[in-house]
Amino acid sequence: MSSTQYATPSMPDAQGHFGPFGGRYVPETLVHPLQQLEDEYWRAQQDPDFQQELDYYLREFVGRPTPLYYAERLTRELGGAKIYLKREDLLHTGAHKINNAMGQVLLARRMGKTRIIGETGAGQHGVATATVAAMFGMQCVIYMGAVDCKRQELNVYRMKMLGAEVVAVKAGQQTLKEAVNEAMRDWVTHVRSTHYILGTAYGAHPYPVMVRNFHRIIGDEARRQILEQEKRLPDILIACVGGGSNAIGLFYPFLNDPSVRMLGIEAGGEGILPERHAARFQGGSLGVLQGTRSYILQDAFGQIQLTHSVSAGLDYAAVGPEHAWLRDEKRVDYDYATDTEALDAFMRLARLEGIIPALESAHAVAGAIKVAPNLSKDALIIVNLSGRGDKDVMHAAQQIGLKLPD
Amino acid sequence: MNRIEQRFLDLRAAGRKGLVVYIGAGDPNLSATEALATAFDQAGVDILELGVPFSDPLADGIVNQLAAQRGLESGTTPPKVLQSIQRIRTQSEIPIVLYIYFNLLHRVGVDRFIREAAAAGVDGLLVLDLPPEESVDYEALMVTAGLCPIYLIAPTTPEARIAFIAPRAKGFIYYISREGVTGMQSKVSSTIAEMTRLIRAHSQTPIAVGFGISNADQAREVAAHAEAIVVGSAIVSRIAEHGHSPDLVPRVASFVAELSQAIRSLPSSLPPS
Ligand SMILES: Cc1ncc(COP(=O)(O)O)c(C=O)c1O
Repeated sequence: MSSTQYATPSMPDAQGHFGPFGGRYVPETLVHPLQQLEDEYWRAQQDPDFQQELDYYLREFVGRPTPLYYAERLTRELGGAKIYLKREDLLHTGAHKINNAMGQVLLARRMGKTRIIGETGAGQHGVATATVAAMFGMQCVIYMGAVDCKRQELNVYRMKMLGAEVVAVKAGQQTLKEAVNEAMRDWVTHVRSTHYILGTAYGAHPYPVMVRNFHRIIGDEARRQILEQEKRLPDILIACVGGGSNAIGLFYPFLNDPSVRMLGIEAGGEGILPERHAARFQGGSLGVLQGTRSYILQDAFGQIQLTHSVSAGLDYAAVGPEHAWLRDEKRVDYDYATDTEALDAFMRLARLEGIIPALESAHAVAGAIKVAPNLSKDALIIVNLSGRGDKDVMHAAQQIGLKLPD
Repeated sequence: MNRIEQRFLDLRAAGRKGLVVYIGAGDPNLSATEALATAFDQAGVDILELGVPFSDPLADGIVNQLAAQRGLESGTTPPKVLQSIQRIRTQSEIPIVLYIYFNLLHRVGVDRFIREAAAAGVDGLLVLDLPPEESVDYEALMVTAGLCPIYLIAPTTPEARIAFIAPRAKGFIYYISREGVTGMQSKVSSTIAEMTRLIRAHSQTPIAVGFGISNADQAREVAAHAEAIVVGSAIVSRIAEHGHSPDLVPRVASFVAELSQAIRSLPSSLPPS
């Protein structure tokens, strides 16, 4: 295996490019505000007071560090590699998303912004954003596709209870992509007062690098924990990939370790047929959408295609630019899990480990279920359990036909 | 000479202000677009800005989003828009700018798209989400093809950036007079005088001001500061209203003629050369 350094300060370059991917493809109104955001972010990153404040809230409010938990029964049942779960599901608000939301809200405060907006698919990023906005007494508006509002109803109520305004976006297929469009329209209109807390490692520079850096704590902890528990590096890391934030957060601190393989799992929906999945690396091609250049699902003319996944958080037509680069560099492999495989993994983790995962995270578990049996018993896998499944319980119960007792 | 550049020279010589009109291509269908284009030419429109429908028009307000949706529903694709422009060219020499999202160029290749657009009779491109920093070989290809790269300047653009963008623009510089998406508004922005002065300090290229101009009074007010004004949503909303009426074209053209009339009487802000 090559010993190329994939995690270096020059990636992305000064314009936010990861090789041919990334960049800043936005309307002129946003170019200077993005530059200001970038400048402030680099200043904050160098500022010990900022880091200290962020560490404090991550520890005392968010609940870091999260355990790296040995999933003994799942391991035994699969009969191969030893499986560890990085328990981001145990964080306050129930998913990794709050690592980034907390970092960005502190940045917004530094910049004197008084209003926070965000987009959300599964609602986890929306809840995390509404939460940090409430903590700091900031006005908050969350954009969410109308279809997602229905399938992640619990999170809509949570956001409202936290004082956020939730706008149901009715354009297009009424899911995450349309929510991002609407959030960008809001931002363009209120950019002087408002910070847009983008929820994944996607969008115009500096978002992909900034969101990755706020999530790399997942991988930094996991690295320390596995070295403590097993005295060696893991063999494979597995994470689900929507925009790619939980995956890049886990992967990044291991990128320069050539012995560590990495596997991103995209949403295979009903299989790789046009408009029935969200596996950008299977059916996608190079394009520019919502501020960045990456792999996207599009037709021959460049119109963005419909997507489908049982998981609202993975149901998105584009993938983060750093993932596109890592895949073309062959540093990270990408596979997909179908809706059925994800639901099966969801139930198995519940029954075997007493952990109900988010449907997004269940895709990563499905990846482990495929890979682990083919590996020897002393191989080590870390699965990023990016979130918990409370939000998905009703939906999954319907899918598998659970009923209330008479 | 490029039709846009020629038109601004003519306007200056005649001491007149220019009217740029935006509509969504294929709304409600491309034959209506063709009929509107020739009617606009006769109604005093100086430049036609044709929006190429895109699935994710994130810089557009609801009026133009719905127009893009109608365009897509009528089967409008970029090659069909170019075919329509070829047909318009048999009737009219009205300068045409494509208002377009970058992915539609990127998908077929920037080089190919520009060559085909030029061959069809397009005069300029306004690529909403392609700031000059990302444009790499775009500008060179545009110049080779004889097309004007139209750039936006916004109220959030600081002077150092104006100095960077303005010299790269050809045809005209589009000052978007407020922060936000396309759409109508009840009051004209107060940044216009100041910003057009700043832009002039860095460029001789004519300035067109747009975003939110919805009636003849606003048109007159804005035109006092620029070589041209851009009116979009106010026209698109009339197309939305009368799209299926047999007198769509005369109705919209008469509104456009009113706007044209309103700014005709104003003297050119630049002295004739
Ligand atoms: C629990 C959970 N995991 C994963 C994702 C996917 O996003 P990303 O790929 O940015 O981690 C989401 C998004 O909503 C989520 O809620």
